[in-house]
Amino acid sequence: MSHKETHAAPIPHGSLRDYSIGFGLSVVLTAIPFWLVMAGLLPHAVTAAIILGFAVAQMIVHMVYFLHLSGKLEGGWSLAAMAFTLILVMIMMSGSLWVMYHLNTNMMPMPVDMRHAA
Amino acid sequence: MSTPVNLVGAEGTAAYYNLNEHAHPEGYSTMLGFWIYLMSDCLIFAILFACYAVLGGNYAAGPGPKDLFELNLVAANTVMLLFSSITYGFAMLAMQRNALRATQGWLVVTALFGLAFLSIELYEFHGLIAEGAGPWRSAFLSAFFTLVGTHGLHVTFGLVWLTTLLVQTGIQGLTTANRRRLMCLSMFWHFLDLIWIGVFTVVYLMGMLR
Repeated sequence: MSHKETHAAPIPHGSLRDYSIGFGLSVVLTAIPFWLVMAGLLPHAVTAAIILGFAVAQMIVHMVYFLHLSGKLEGGWSLAAMAFTLILVMIMMSGSLWVMYHLNTNMMPMPVDMRHAA
Repeated sequence: MSTPVNLVGAEGTAAYYNLNEHAHPEGYSTMLGFWIYLMSDCLIFAILFACYAVLGGNYAAGPGPKDLFELNLVAANTVMLLFSSITYGFAMLAMQRNALRATQGWLVVTALFGLAFLSIELYEFHGLIAEGAGPWRSAFLSAFFTLVGTHGLHVTFGLVWLTTLLVQTGIQGLTTANRRRLMCLSMFWHFLDLIWIGVFTVVYLMGMLR
């Protein structure tokens, strides 16, 4: 029976250092976007691009320091599953936005007042 | 027709199938399986994000994000969820030290932050509906309530799960099975915080920029 205990499923181990770094980075990566939007110093398009960049960075921080994701986890299968999911997500998101954008531009012209109402 | 006894027993007999499958310990594949579940959950959220991205500008002459969202509330919510993530991390560290009481203590703190998050979210939803900006008002609000509500529902189920594990660790202690369950919930909880990054960025912050 002790055999079972010693060969239990490999569990990714976090350390206090990992969690602290992750938390510190998350606080910074959250505070800056909120500050940028609340202060409204930059043009909207620039702010949008910056906060999207910060969101992606913070997601990576969470994966590395909180979820302990690495190429070694489960012999690489965790990362492979995630890569596959991300490819699907990219196709779906970019496809939806692209198709719907063109659908909107190619709609029959409407009277101006109706267009604003819709 | 040969019997399985022949195949296994005699030396030199060709074995056509492996009767003596090597044993995997219980829960061997649970973590990977749970990760794949989280990836499927990720697809659900991706679809809801795509819906919001497509429908988010259709106000139907109703209120838009700037009229409705209060960034102070969202910031408070973000802080609650981030704190709950780090306290869950502390619970995992306590579990690695085999400290049952400390693990449970941090789990309770995590649950309180989770509850605070849900309370603020429900307060926000209640305010919106009271203003007449419920999910029926416009496509923008339908997409908003579906996306944010689905996330909130996940947090709710996470809290139910957390309470269950508090009881189970209370009765059984930090057994191998309970450790595995706590690890799964850890992944679930951090995953929800990760999704929230997308929500506060795309829905709230970018909404204010429209």
